[in-house]
Amino acid sequence: MTLAEAAPQALNFDCETGNYHTFCPISCVAWLYQKIEDSFFLVIGTKTCGYFLQNAMGVMIFAEPRYAMAELEEGDISAQLNDYNELKRLCEQIKRDRNPSVIVWIGTCTTEIIKMDLEGLAPKLEGEIGIPIVVARANGLDYAFTQGEDTVLAAMAARCPTKVVESETEERNAIQKLLNFGRKKDEIAATDTEYKDHAPLVLFGSLPDPVVTQLTLELKRQGIKVSGWLPAKRYTELPVIEEGYYVAGVNPFLSRTATTLMRRRKCKLIGAPFPIGPDGTRAWVEKICTVLGIEPQGLAEREAQIWESLEDYLQLIRGKSVFFMGDNLLEISLARFLVRCGMTVQEIGIPYMDKRYQAAELALLESTCNEMGSPLPTIMEKPDNYNQLQRIQDLQPNLVITGMAHANPLEARGISTKWSVEFTFAQIHGFSNARDVLELVTRPLRRNQALANLGWEKLVADV
Amino acid sequence: MKLAYWMYAGPAHIGTLRIASSFKNVHGIMHAPIGDDYFNVMRSMLERERNFTPVTTSVVDRHVLSRGSQEKVVDNITRKDSEEHPDLIVLTPTCTSSILQEDLENFVERASQTTVSDVILADVNHYRVNELQAADRTLEQIIQFYIAKARKNGDLVTAKTPEPSVNILGPTTLGFHNQHDVRELRKLMADLGITINAVIPDGASVNDLKTLPQAWFNLVPYREIGPLTARYLQQEFNQPFVDITPMGVVETARCIRQIQTLLNQQGATVNYEDFIQSQTLHVSQAAWFSRSIDCQNLTGKKAVVFGDNTHAAAITKILSREMGIHVAWAGTYCKYDGDWFREQVKDFCDEVIITDDHGAIGDAIARVEPAAIFGTQMERHVGKRLDTPCGVIAAPIHIQNFPIGYKPFLGYEGSNQIVDLIYNSFTLGMEDHLLEIFGGHDTKEVIHKGISADSDLNWTSDGLAELNKIPGFVRSKVKRNTEKFARERNISHINVEVLYAAKEAVGA
Repeated sequence: MTLAEAAPQALNFDCETGNYHTFCPISCVAWLYQKIEDSFFLVIGTKTCGYFLQNAMGVMIFAEPRYAMAELEEGDISAQLNDYNELKRLCEQIKRDRNPSVIVWIGTCTTEIIKMDLEGLAPKLEGEIGIPIVVARANGLDYAFTQGEDTVLAAMAARCPTKVVESETEERNAIQKLLNFGRKKDEIAATDTEYKDHAPLVLFGSLPDPVVTQLTLELKRQGIKVSGWLPAKRYTELPVIEEGYYVAGVNPFLSRTATTLMRRRKCKLIGAPFPIGPDGTRAWVEKICTVLGIEPQGLAEREAQIWESLEDYLQLIRGKSVFFMGDNLLEISLARFLVRCGMTVQEIGIPYMDKRYQAAELALLESTCNEMGSPLPTIMEKPDNYNQLQRIQDLQPNLVITGMAHANPLEARGISTKWSVEFTFAQIHGFSNARDVLELVTRPLRRNQALANLGWEKLVADV
Repeated sequence: MKLAYWMYAGPAHIGTLRIASSFKNVHGIMHAPIGDDYFNVMRSMLERERNFTPVTTSVVDRHVLSRGSQEKVVDNITRKDSEEHPDLIVLTPTCTSSILQEDLENFVERASQTTVSDVILADVNHYRVNELQAADRTLEQIIQFYIAKARKNGDLVTAKTPEPSVNILGPTTLGFHNQHDVRELRKLMADLGITINAVIPDGASVNDLKTLPQAWFNLVPYREIGPLTARYLQQEFNQPFVDITPMGVVETARCIRQIQTLLNQQGATVNYEDFIQSQTLHVSQAAWFSRSIDCQNLTGKKAVVFGDNTHAAAITKILSREMGIHVAWAGTYCKYDGDWFREQVKDFCDEVIITDDHGAIGDAIARVEPAAIFGTQMERHVGKRLDTPCGVIAAPIHIQNFPIGYKPFLGYEGSNQIVDLIYNSFTLGMEDHLLEIFGGHDTKEVIHKGISADSDLNWTSDGLAELNKIPGFVRSKVKRNTEKFARERNISHINVEVLYAAKEAVGA
């Protein structure tokens, strides 16, 4: 692809073999148990699942996490043991030791294959032990990495209270307030007069609390009130969702949750680009404003201000090329932001592409490429890592965003890499965190500057 | 069903992949769902491997679930054959494929008709064996396969080498300090005048396996990986083996004497006593250390030991026999081989614990209140919680346990390294107690270092709450930058919005 060629008119979608490296979706327990403070995640699987969690989550495993494996033994597989009794025994132990407000069962490949009826067992056991049990089938047969959160939130969406039980909600919150010794709720306290009159809006997607605060503030500047957030800090604080509410996603991997909110909770989805990068954040806020009938104020200035503060980093990446191998579904949004930063995107690998849920984001990518005079990249769904490595070898990109399995070998071949998983754990949403994204993207380039002229870029015998 | 937070030994396929990826030009293909290839991440991260880990997945997804793998596994094998031209492809079953009960043997059969490379199916059952047992078995299986192949081709080399020679069996990728141990064993063998015939599997080529029988004997340094192969070679070729781990001064001497006996039985006339004597007294510092005043101070101090069989047994013996330390209990997570462990350490500790339940180990540590712990990364964290120092002696390990510097555990240099590890653990503990008695390093109140100590600024409660959410190690920097930002703009009350405005402006 050279600039001399006429740029293709539309995005090019392709699909390969699906032989790529990513994290198993059960990894979502690692950030969700931290987000939902009164939860306990029980992963019903094998030693393989446990080994992955133990190693992938690194030191977190030593912090007495509120998650555990229900490790299946040979007797469970051959149905010599009774699933219900086994799960009951473990859940009673969890109740005794931790007393959570909700137990989330994570179904795995094994429970799928042996057809363990978790959705059937849960309501029965829930009645018996008195703790809600939410079932999410976050398995490697069907999903990749961040899609794990999608399955959990889709299941949670069904548990959000409706207005019918609002009095009870109030009461529960009152007790919660007492328990918290009047601690202020974490939502931005503000008198309703600061807000414009608009239909209720609930946002979905798990984000660290500071980012929740930032995005909520961002909308507050426009007079938009965020009525609730799925998930909330505590399971007992799940937002009220009523028919006709507006909902908006903050992450590109939440298609099932969006679908559930639309179909089962009868909400109206605001299809917007995702608030990643200043361009994405502005487009996200604007779209919400438009749908809610509010004239957006001062967004252009705010975006310009942010871009200005990024200039030192932009100088490092302008004109450089980037290749996304694809493993966490953030790829489209990140690529769009980097094109706006002046980079050329050579390939966007992505595990799964929901063209409807990501429609606005895709449109923004396309228009960004056109405005920046950048060639439209190929979006490679279910990529084949082996083929991608051949393409990387040919293209010699300035930066490859990839998993840890390929990072060191690529570095040894003189190709700079950034570990993709960091984008899912870093704070990357909103105006305030645009710098953090570029901090990650530029790190290998800054390292290269620091080590320039040492003459040891390629460190393998036969390249 | 078992409630589990932590496991000491990984699932079976990890063992198979450790063997496959140790050999040169052997490719592992996992029959597994997306995400099970986490092995590649571990290899690449922990060993900082420069090359791509030769492991790929034949992905099990919904379609495979409904229709079976059909051509998929065979296609993946033949594809990898043409792309990478490996000598051998090892099809690796996982927990998922164990219950799908597909006829993987048949796929291997069909694939190997079209491939240049050899293809085998690892004979491991997820539900019966763990990582270590699977590795031991896979190594044996590959050796058997190539011995049989050489027999069939008539190029098996059975005549012994003219000079005494050895095969070292067991060092693998992701093994605890294995690469350093191999270097130390090579040096030890060179000092003893013994040629290395092969090191298996680490860095070996499967094409060389036909020459294994020409070695005079096999050395199996680790209890967990290698013994099956050694026993097979003994049965098949009457090739003797030494399975004494040369870890610690006494055991190293015992290992060398055993080698001496085996060589002399086969007609060599070697006497290693002078070598042992000079190494013990002058080269290794461990023997001298045990006589020094430093070590005297450790006499009777209480320690506990937990790890795999090899390391936990050897360290227990070193602590008790070579340093006069009181080992309150020694334990292993190799439950399947617990009798061996009990036999090894029974004279060197008060109590033997055999379990793979980290909770029970944590409780046992808290119960005896040792002055130092020697265990895995998990025990290190128990030690942190109980304020007890810990030396890491066995897997599970993390990146810190793959040092770049030369740190063997075996041989005479290994005994030096172990002295440092043990001594440093104890002195640190001692210093800690002294500090506690005398009230810490610095008893003076720390006076504010920053210029903005006398702040003319007020933090609102929401601002302060948000500030407190920021991790401790960067909080003061963020606070400083935010206050600078506020001062420049004459903002007197810092609330949450000011905090984030400052972040945007200065990247605080």
